[in-house]
Amino acid sequence: MMKFALFLGCNIPARVEQYDTSARAVLKQVGVQLVDIREFNCCGYPMRNADQKAFLISSAVNLGLAEKENLDIIVLCKCCFGSLKEAEHILKEEGELQEEVNRLLAQRGLKYTGKTQIKHFLSVLYHDVGLDTLKSNISRQYKDCKIAPHYGCHALRPSKITRFDDPVAPTIFDKLVEVTGAKSVDWTRKLECCGAPVLGVNDDLSMNLTRKKLEDAKKVSADYLCSACPYCHLQFDVVQKMIISQNGNDPLASVLYPQLLGLSMGLDEKILGIHMNQLNISNLSSFLESGEENAE
Amino acid sequence: MVFNLLLYISLAIFTFGLIYKISTWFSRSIGISSKEIPTSQRVSAAVKGIASVIFSAKIVTLIKVFFLDVLLQHRIIKEDFLRWLMHMLIYSGFMLLLLMHALDEIVTAKLFSEYYSTINPYFFLRDLFGLMVIVGVGIAIYRRFILKVPRLRTNAMDHYAIIILAVILVSGVVLEGAKITSYSEYQGMVEDYADLEEESEIEALESYWVQNLDVVSPNVKGPFDEEVLEMGQDLHDASCVDCHSPNQWAFNGYMAAKILKPISLALDGVGGSTILYYLHFLACFIGLAYLPFSKMFHIFSTPVSLLANAIMDKETSDPANIATRQVMELDACMHCGTCSLRCSAAAAFDALGNEYILPAEKMTFLKTLASGKALSQKQLQAIQEGVYLCTNCDRCTVVCPAGINLRDLWFNVREGLVQRGIPEPLVLSPFSFYRGLNRENISTEDYAGPLADANRAVAGKFEQVMDQSTPISFKGREIVELNQLPSAGTFSYCFGCQTCTTVCPVVNEYENPLETLGLLPHQIMNCLGLGLVEMASGPKMLWDCVTCYQCQEHCPQTVQVTDLLFLLKNLAVKNAEKIADQLSVDTEDV
Repeated sequence: MMKFALFLGCNIPARVEQYDTSARAVLKQVGVQLVDIREFNCCGYPMRNADQKAFLISSAVNLGLAEKENLDIIVLCKCCFGSLKEAEHILKEEGELQEEVNRLLAQRGLKYTGKTQIKHFLSVLYHDVGLDTLKSNISRQYKDCKIAPHYGCHALRPSKITRFDDPVAPTIFDKLVEVTGAKSVDWTRKLECCGAPVLGVNDDLSMNLTRKKLEDAKKVSADYLCSACPYCHLQFDVVQKMIISQNGNDPLASVLYPQLLGLSMGLDEKILGIHMNQLNISNLSSFLESGEENAE
Repeated sequence: MVFNLLLYISLAIFTFGLIYKISTWFSRSIGISSKEIPTSQRVSAAVKGIASVIFSAKIVTLIKVFFLDVLLQHRIIKEDFLRWLMHMLIYSGFMLLLLMHALDEIVTAKLFSEYYSTINPYFFLRDLFGLMVIVGVGIAIYRRFILKVPRLRTNAMDHYAIIILAVILVSGVVLEGAKITSYSEYQGMVEDYADLEEESEIEALESYWVQNLDVVSPNVKGPFDEEVLEMGQDLHDASCVDCHSPNQWAFNGYMAAKILKPISLALDGVGGSTILYYLHFLACFIGLAYLPFSKMFHIFSTPVSLLANAIMDKETSDPANIATRQVMELDACMHCGTCSLRCSAAAAFDALGNEYILPAEKMTFLKTLASGKALSQKQLQAIQEGVYLCTNCDRCTVVCPAGINLRDLWFNVREGLVQRGIPEPLVLSPFSFYRGLNRENISTEDYAGPLADANRAVAGKFEQVMDQSTPISFKGREIVELNQLPSAGTFSYCFGCQTCTTVCPVVNEYENPLETLGLLPHQIMNCLGLGLVEMASGPKMLWDCVTCYQCQEHCPQTVQVTDLLFLLKNLAVKNAEKIADQLSVDTEDV
């Protein structure tokens, strides 16, 4: 049985709880066991602008905690994932900064030797669980449903460090979408930034990046965007709602990948938090074929 | 006489303090939420709010919270059993002592007509309750000074709380021990209760008490004759036993008596019992008078916070009541450190050393801020950084045993601070994401101000160094921070192909990117190659960078462009802090 320490980060428990519950439900369905480590703290991502050491110690504490439990980490947030991978990369080198971080870890009775692997949720589904297992767990496929997957910068790049997928022509997310029967549409801004990193810093820039992505996905007549990161999700969900209130455009709602997958597995809509998104995605289930096993 | 006088004085101070403290809940403001709400409006909103709750279904919630969270302290046991045990022992032990022992004439004697402090069960119970508090205080000392619970910091208020409790309890126990051994106490009891006339009877009873009840007498000393003791027992049974249980039942005092025995006569000679008695009630009176101003005020404020937060929310509650609640919450915090222990961002404290990153320390500081004390620029900067360095993960709010809505408090305080005009570089980081999500709760002007301040601060001397009428000065190749990471020095591989700039989504966003962004990514790399670090750390490009890593990914020369931009941002923040420090030193000199 696969067993991981679940790294939720800060956004999910506070603002995207449906990502937590839906990911847990999906992983349970495919036999992945999760361990919660309560002492996990911020991945350090927001501290990178201000202080490398603060970022690194914050990130390293998590790696040390997982190593103590002898577990690999599964990460739901792509920014957390990128930060933890970056920290892992920096800690491989030797230098004053690394010594200082190791000293601070030792003070907490922790150490990090590089044993713990850091994996994003999508990678676990694709590489560890596998498309075949996913397929066998799907009870009803989507039909005529066009999904525009949003890869998320901090998982894709820098690819030498994150090793998530091909940085120029990634396929993992598309294949994960297609396993549900939905069609993964190609769109030009698929690999571009969602705008979240500068929300609150330069809102015009942030919202323009979001707006352009939405327009682009609409051009290929996507029914929904699909993301697997709380930052991207909040940007496409809450921030899009703010943009709509300004310009009155039609929404292009975004679903979280475990919501998309979970529905096709026949999991409870409540647990998947379908109604917890700000923009309405309740229509998603109408794309499901009436399955033979559980005809309704 | 003295006793009553002091009692009334301390009661008066206590009452005045209580009224004063509660009045500050309505008169003080914190952050932006109470900026424009007058005290009178806050008082009337509170009265209306309370009345409407009492006559609604919310009363059920209140009752539930009162039993579960206030009396049984469910929120503490969820976090830490030892702490719950400590708190329960102190709180229930002290309450019971207060009711049964301190207020015995008013409470116990009225409820139980046969009440007598020296007979069981009261004789035993008093010591049992005392022991509960002693063990509780012991656990408190153990947690703070021996176990050293992580991130639990001890300040003057915490010391005071432990000391006052310890003095009350220890003086009480020693007083009991001294009274047990005291010959004058014994004589007093004989006069009051035993009608002894004959010399032999007096000697017999005294011998019996010396032998069996630990009195130290200057007249008689064991070993005693069996006959004398038998006679003493008869007299004891006739006059004493109905009102005095064996000392062993008052086990604390009994143990103290055993220890005090060798010095008992000397102690009695100088009126030891009286001195201890004064010490004991003085400590109680000081504790009472100072209670509203000490950490112990949480006996009142924490239940209020638990109850208020159980029924209030940002959407439906009157903003005036939220303003009042947030000031009250500062008093409800008992500095237990649970929030600091669970804080997601607290690891940054290890790197930056600013203790205001720890939420429990922020609370301590906010009390000072709310009281309106003048603060130095440096203090304001430190608290501002501490309050801003928060990922808004809500963990503190979830775990707070006092039920304080820290999420909303931080938001409110954060706005109040950054709008004072002191630049906060962290405003230009993803820590602002939550602020961005909540921009509708802030006026457009107030929203933009802190961003402009911060942008100005991190730009440093960018405009000056970009001024093309002055020659470029080449300096700063040896920047320590730039040599600490794997990306260090990779800029020297740059051959100026401009791919980084071409693929940058931010550059593509603007019609005239150079004007908006100051320098473009490839130009920043060129600056670094030439050693123009000051120039490279100034452009707006750094702060508009969405960190999407397109530049770094596509660089044919493997220059780690994005990582270098991060390092330049760190440098700009340090420079801005240096300049701010310099400024605050200058203003203090004036």
